[in-house]
Amino acid sequence: MANRWKSALTSADITPYDAFLNRRQMIAGTLGFGLVTSTGIASAAQPEMELNSWDDITQYNNFYEFGTGKEDPAEYAGALTTVPWGVTIDGLVERPGTFDFQDIISEMTIEERIYRFRCVEAWSMVVPWNGFELNDLLELAGIKPEAKYVRFETLYRPEEMVGQKASWIDWPYIEGLRLDEALHPLTIMATGIYGRPIPKQNGAPLRLVVPWKYGFKSIKSIVRITLTDEQPVGTWEQLQSKEYGFYANVNPDVDHPRWTQETERKIGGGLFAKRVPTLMFNGYDKEVASLYSDMDLRVNY
Amino acid sequence: MRLLDRINQTARKVPIWPVYLLCLIPVPVLLFMGFTGGLGREPISALEHELGKIALQFLIVVLCITPLRQIVGLNLIRFRRTLGILTFIYVALHLLTWVILDVQSVDRVWADIIKRPYITIGMSAFVLMLPLVATSNNKSVRTLGTVWRKLHMLTYPVVLLGAIHFIWVNKVLEMEPLVYLAIVLGLLALRVPKLLTKAIV
Repeated sequence: MANRWKSALTSADITPYDAFLNRRQMIAGTLGFGLVTSTGIASAAQPEMELNSWDDITQYNNFYEFGTGKEDPAEYAGALTTVPWGVTIDGLVERPGTFDFQDIISEMTIEERIYRFRCVEAWSMVVPWNGFELNDLLELAGIKPEAKYVRFETLYRPEEMVGQKASWIDWPYIEGLRLDEALHPLTIMATGIYGRPIPKQNGAPLRLVVPWKYGFKSIKSIVRITLTDEQPVGTWEQLQSKEYGFYANVNPDVDHPRWTQETERKIGGGLFAKRVPTLMFNGYDKEVASLYSDMDLRVNY
Repeated sequence: MRLLDRINQTARKVPIWPVYLLCLIPVPVLLFMGFTGGLGREPISALEHELGKIALQFLIVVLCITPLRQIVGLNLIRFRRTLGILTFIYVALHLLTWVILDVQSVDRVWADIIKRPYITIGMSAFVLMLPLVATSNNKSVRTLGTVWRKLHMLTYPVVLLGAIHFIWVNKVLEMEPLVYLAIVLGLLALRVPKLLTKAIV
């Protein structure tokens, strides 16, 4: 079932950032007089949603399978073979198996999702993804009631993915979500950008997108999805658990040990790009805050 | 030996100001690239990192001058002060890029200097360079005498801090900054015997 979630943030919402700030100040000023309505705050809380260009999105990537430089993925990902592509869904599912990518696509309804994308390195983009909700894919295999977590695995093929020759990462790349996070309607498997098939440097043929979490959670070029009752340990968590936690929810109040997460810089602004405040849950707090209502987000970073 | 003598003789005749001009060419080139997309989709970090790396490279060249004279017999000592000042210029530009283009707020700059060890380290290296650049003139050498030599040994901690700062900036341990650290450690190791004998005497 597609189109469960409709973004309130479409191109119609584009607000130049200065105008947004001015409005916020105006409202802050009027609050004292009790003149502001709740709907007024809601509409003013729309941040800038101007789409990043195709070049921004496809020429500035973190995909260490192709090297650690931001331009390495665009340069080296061409070597990757994405046809044929199988996705194994196993673990605590009713019907485990390997599903051909084309078969998956024919079962799914592709829709557009314009999401903010916030990297843990404090840069951000706005990306028009095309894809389907992860819960629709998991439905194909049937989730057993004991399942509590979902573990994802990227392709391991060092002969095509030059970055995998580096031995300081224990390949393949692993990421994980709690089951309720995985089933959330905001969580999608992206197969396209700007209506075109997703480029290899962005995680072809299909990748996860969890818009309220730091980008490294949105694992690319997925070949295995395992339902499990144990919390998976992601690659970054395994590398430096003090800096990268399991949850990795975008949170301006919890700094990365080596840099602030209060602000971010949107890619594409050139040499004089302004820093803008980072939003709680990357601006998706209304949709997802309830998932974490009983948790200390400083401990579960 | 003949070739070496010729190089040493030529080096004595070369005027200093073209060295400045030549070594500052990367500044307009990087700015031009930053404005025209040559530094990629996110030119601020790229510019910041390039300037920092060039500063470290200059400082490594400065540290090569004495061993080159002692081991190879190549005398480039005339250029040492110039290269030291150029190091400072690049460090200052790196710092300005960080403050003005990257962080964009004095409050956050202070917060970062206090809270983030790798920035504390980088900033310490900059502060240690201030007395060095202030005394990089003939008058200071004359008036300070032996103190000047000791003062300028601050170059050693500065380069070490710079190399560590470079390693720590990265999200993960990367090869390139480790290579820089290895070179720096090697160049500092060459100084150890002399420092030890001086300490004993």
